[in-house]
Amino acid sequence: MAAVPQGYAPGSDAARPWTFYALATLFGLFLLFLYGPMIVIYVLSFQGPNGGVTFPMVGTSLVWFENVFRPDLTANIPAALARSLALATVVSVLTVAISVAAALGFRRRFPGAGILFYLAIASLVMPGLLVGFGIGLGFQVLGIPGGLFTSALGAQLTWTLPFGLFTMFAVVNRFNRSYEEAANDLGASGWQRLIHVTLPILLPGILGVAMGAFTLSYDEYARTALAIGSKNTLPLEIYALLSSETSPMLFALGTLTTGLSFVIIGVTILGIRHIQRRRVAATPLPDIAS
Amino acid sequence: MVPSYDVELVAVTKRYGATLAVDRISLRVPRASYCCLLGPSGCGKTSVLRMIAGHEAVTEGDILIGNKNVTDLPSVKRGTAMMFQSYALFPHLTCLDNVAFSLKMRGVAKAERRARALELLALVRMEAFADRLPSQLSGGQQQRVALARALMTKPRVLLLDEPLSALDPFLRVRMREELKKLQHELGISFIHVTHSQDEAMALADVMVVMEDGHIRQAGAPRDVFERPQSAFVARFIGGHNVLPGEHGLIAVRTDRCRLKEAANGQPHLSGCIAAVEYQGPVVRVVLKTDQGEGVTVLVPDNAFYARPMQAGDPATLVWSADDAHDLMDV
Repeated sequence: MAAVPQGYAPGSDAARPWTFYALATLFGLFLLFLYGPMIVIYVLSFQGPNGGVTFPMVGTSLVWFENVFRPDLTANIPAALARSLALATVVSVLTVAISVAAALGFRRRFPGAGILFYLAIASLVMPGLLVGFGIGLGFQVLGIPGGLFTSALGAQLTWTLPFGLFTMFAVVNRFNRSYEEAANDLGASGWQRLIHVTLPILLPGILGVAMGAFTLSYDEYARTALAIGSKNTLPLEIYALLSSETSPMLFALGTLTTGLSFVIIGVTILGIRHIQRRRVAATPLPDIAS
Repeated sequence: MVPSYDVELVAVTKRYGATLAVDRISLRVPRASYCCLLGPSGCGKTSVLRMIAGHEAVTEGDILIGNKNVTDLPSVKRGTAMMFQSYALFPHLTCLDNVAFSLKMRGVAKAERRARALELLALVRMEAFADRLPSQLSGGQQQRVALARALMTKPRVLLLDEPLSALDPFLRVRMREELKKLQHELGISFIHVTHSQDEAMALADVMVVMEDGHIRQAGAPRDVFERPQSAFVARFIGGHNVLPGEHGLIAVRTDRCRLKEAANGQPHLSGCIAAVEYQGPVVRVVLKTDQGEGVTVLVPDNAFYARPMQAGDPATLVWSADDAHDLMDV
């Protein structure tokens, strides 16, 4: 009988080899490196009113969280947050509309399809700072003042559209055209087919693109910084604060932003899961009495 | 004027770019008949079905449904309904909403369309599953809902694209009976694409054997089985041996062949046994002739076990000249 190779089989009773512990330690250190600073920030954001930006903690309080919401001379967080959210919403809606339309259109090979595709992808490859710089400069040359929903919107779309397009292409690729043929067969017009069949079936993918575009826009710094003009979105405001004021208020801001991101992601994932659970077959029921 | 045929294809051709998928096919499907398109993969049968449905454009030729030329009409205006191989039930709608879909597209009020959908679900015995989603149903159940959905449009012709391929063999036979019964009850024509000859012979009033974009033979299953016109049809339909005859090839049914000593003047072929397969009521014996050809004999089980044979034994294939059928072409 051939010799059974001595290896570590998961689930067996054999003792783990030393390499497991070595790699586990390495991974643990990596996690510490990754999350350690963030955890320090979350803890320090509850710093007491007389404390500084490092340990030790001088009591605990929520005073720095209050500071975040009070606009003062150096920073206006609530206003910047409102701008960020508004811009992210508009970017998200536009990205979804353009990506879905493009993905449905690209199903058929049309002349110039390849070039169009590469043009859209190209902006992913270009450095964000240069793109933002170019847009800002372009608006200046044209004499149009840069603004939130003009130059900043355009700059952010160059960032979110390639991701949206890629995702929607993949989703639409997996879409079975029999559904649309069935809809035709049953008498649906083109518009009815789109609204009652195609879009509902694509909905999880669409929600994913919407959320992706929202978070990409919300966190975007490089392109927006140079194309936005005078009013700041939140990342820009935070960056400005970093250089001017160092207090635990920054940490409180960090904790709040993280919390907000998790809430948005969590809500979207729950929404998608809810839709998927209703549709994905768990196990097909056996044909007993059918 | 009462149309004499439900579907008529006139020299229909389909080209995909440079590939010729369907080559000048003409066919007439009588009223309220069950027509099976049978053939190997790639013979064009699905293309023909999709052209009748209107999901594929016709390159040349015309299609008439009930004496009306529908070649340029969209699928909804043709009076056809299609049942897809994958059923294509909308995953985001319940069974009831799936069946009611065509009425919703026409703007029928909610209460009325749901009531009519429930009636059709009752026809296919799926009314208890009205509020389930398609993903919560088994394959056979999904098929019945797809059937109900297609029938809601009151078609003159129902088109079925390999409807039984995805089912297990036992269920396949049961669904086969249901389809035949339904076709009789509804009094419409069914056009059913399949690659299984058993299915086609069991169901069809008109069996159409296709190869390479052409119709090789069309007729009642009994006619095609008893009198195949070509070696291809004889081989594809199963149950025949294609043997060399005096003036060309002949076909002899495998159950009319015998393995025994040749009588004087009786046509025969000698060889040795290559395989013995027990099939229940018959035993399938494969004989390799001295010329190297493989021929099959279906021996009734008591006849076989009275004189059992095994692989390697020499044997002679005999048949009666009455059972030989001349084949017209290659």
